[in-house]
Order: sequence, then structure tokens, then C-alpha cells
Amino acid sequence: MPETKNLIIIGSGPAGYTAGIYASRAQLKPILFTGEEPGGQLTWTTEVENYPGFPEGVQGPKLMQEFRKQAEKFGTEIIDAKVDKVDFRVRPFKVWSADKEYQSRAIIIATGASANWIGLPNETRLKGHGVSSCATCDGFFFKDKDVVVVGGGDVALEDANFLTKVTKSVKIIHRRDCLRGSEFLQKRARENKKISFVWNSEVVDVLGEKKVSGVRVKNNQTNEESDIACDGMFVAIGHHPNTEIFKGQIELEDKAGYIVVHDDTRTTVEGVFAAGDVADFKYRQAVTAAGMGCEAAIDVEKWLENYEKVIAKEADKKNC
Amino acid sequence: MPQELTLTDQNFKDEIKQGITLVDFWAPWCGPCQQQGPIIEELAKEVENAKVGKLNVDNNQITAQEFGVMSIPTLIIFKDGNPIETLVGVHQKEDLKKKIQDIAK
Repeated sequence: MPETKNLIIIGSGPAGYTAGIYASRAQLKPILFTGEEPGGQLTWTTEVENYPGFPEGVQGPKLMQEFRKQAEKFGTEIIDAKVDKVDFRVRPFKVWSADKEYQSRAIIIATGASANWIGLPNETRLKGHGVSSCATCDGFFFKDKDVVVVGGGDVALEDANFLTKVTKSVKIIHRRDCLRGSEFLQKRARENKKISFVWNSEVVDVLGEKKVSGVRVKNNQTNEESDIACDGMFVAIGHHPNTEIFKGQIELEDKAGYIVVHDDTRTTVEGVFAAGDVADFKYRQAVTAAGMGCEAAIDVEKWLENYEKVIAKEADKKNC
Repeated sequence: MPQELTLTDQNFKDEIKQGITLVDFWAPWCGPCQQQGPIIEELAKEVENAKVGKLNVDNNQITAQEFGVMSIPTLIIFKDGNPIETLVGVHQKEDLKKKIQDIAK
């Protein structure tokens, strides 16, 4: 039988690590599984300009390394692996990672969200050959080339701006005729001479044999199709919550699968809490995720104080 | 214990010409590469039938271009100098071990 832990934290973005900092300072001796993208979405960015306390900005990967160090400092046990399966129908809860079973009284889910793809067969085929979702990783390979960015939100605008530093031109392809991104980023993109916009358009195919040579777009007002020649396509069309392994265990909202929370960070299973982008489709900021991670850790601490009573109450219910 | 090789445009051909070599194409500015790095270091210590190396694409653009690397991390498994399998994005240690085993058969 594996030892029963007080708390397992699943996820290693701002929410997960902050939960780790607070829970370890509260002597809960938590374990934290980092998942396949340790540090989460911020490790895909370069400069983070809106995290308080860094007036000069801070590199995303660097910020996440500091979060991790701070969680480790107070005794969070960090395991660099992903969780494959959970069972929240038993107490203590069970969690499996790399064929090993773990048990815990409480769980904080902070698995965040991952980038969406358009879902075209040729997009998948040409991934790594001109199709990318990480401008900061791959922009380097498109020196003096023409690229397109698909999307109209903050990430698309940030990516486009970043890409103009190396590429010859950037076309932003957006399915609406206006941008969703913040005013500041919109202004910066509009004033950048290398950036142009293709409005009301959706990418319907990615062209190229061995590598990307262009994209086919369809104007959703006129239904006309046309080809845009380019060497790279960067996709920035939003995110989906990473909740696949929790299906059937806790309530997820119907539309996109975000975790449903009530009374701050509580999920529909008592003892399972959620924090950050996996449960927040409204704010989705590093700083709000960190805040929610803190809330979840405090909620867990309070809830564990009554753990024996919860168990006794559940046993009573089963007996009658 | 074997350590991962540091590959460059100069030593690349020599290092991969015999046997199986898994090469991690990476760069210091790439976040996901920072996740792949420690996995590659562990892999190098644990596999016996293959060499494991890292190539910094920033300093070694000729090799990166030759193998059409346009996204990092990209992992390419070579056998006797020829690329056999190309993997784009972060990959876990056990998956990589399995790929190497399959090619070694």
C-alpha cells in the first residue's frame, strides 16, 4: 500500500506551483506532478510584461523556474512526470503516474490549458516543417521569410510582433473583421510596418509537399478561396483545458470541458479542488492563476482539518 | 556512465556515421527545449545500444538546415548516418527508449 499523502497537486503552471508554496508552508508536505509541459504555457513565451513585481519584464521560462524553486524551498516534492489516471470515487483518492500508484486525502487540479490546432490533415502532416504553435521557439528558422499567424487574440498579436524581428513579413489571418487582443497589443501590431491583416478569413488547407509553401484561405463573407504564399504558419487560436483524465470523475462544463468549481475552488467531488486556467475561462492570466492556486491551498488546509468528520459522515450515509 | 554528446557542424557526420544516434536539436531560448533537455540527459545515461547527443541549432545552422529542422525541439534518430525517424516536440523518456529499441531490432 502506498503511503497516504495529504495533498497531491497536478500541474506546474503558476497555479500549481503557488499551491505548492502555500501548502508546503502549511506543513502539508504536498507532492506535485509537473506533467508533460513543466512550467506550463509561460515556458512558451519570451518576455512577460504584465506580471507584477517585474517592471522591466521577465522571461517566461525564467519566471517559472523561480516559481518552482520557491515551491521546492518549502518542501514541495516535485515529480517530473504526467498523471495518467485518477480515481476520485474512493477515499483516499488514487492517482497513477508511470504505472505507480499514489494516494492522497486531497487533490488540487492545476493542469491548465494547451494550445488549439485548426484540425486540418495537412496542418498535422507539416508540423515541424513550417507549421508551428510556438513563435518564440521557431521564429528563428524563418529569417527573412514570409509567414502567417492564424488568430486574433493576445497570443496571435504577441506572436506576430515577435516574428517581425526576424521575418520579412507577417500576415495575420483572422476569421472576424476586428481583433480580440488588448488595446496595447492591437496598437503595436497596427503600427508595425511588417504586419498586415487578412480579415474574415479562415485557413482551409496548408500547402506544400515537404515543407509549407502557402495556405489556402476562405473568405467567410464571400466564400471565395485564395492562396497565400508563405514559408511558415503559426497557429494562435486559443486554448483548451487539459481535463481529459478527469472525465466522468468530476463535473466539467459542457462546451469546452473546463472544470466546474463552486465556493471558490471546490469541484463537485469533496476534497478535489481546482485552480488556474483549467477552471478559469474568464481571466486566464498568470497572476490570477497564481492567486487561485493560493486560494486552493488555503481551502485544502481548512478542509483537511475536518477530514475525519467527512469520512465519518460518508460512512454513516453508506450504513443507512 | 555515458553522457550525452555535444554535436556541432564540425563533428556531426563523424559522430553519427556508425550505429544508432538520437540527436536533440535545441536552442537556449526555447522553453519546451528546456523541458526536453533533462530527459535527454537521463536517456543518455540509461540507453546502452545507442548514442545520445544534443545540437544547438543557433551555433550549428548548417546541420539543422541539412536535416530540414524548422521547429524545436526536434529529435532525429539516425542509423549508420541516415535519418530513420523524426520527432517534433517534447517527447518522454520511455517513448524514446521504445523508438530506439524498435530501430535496433
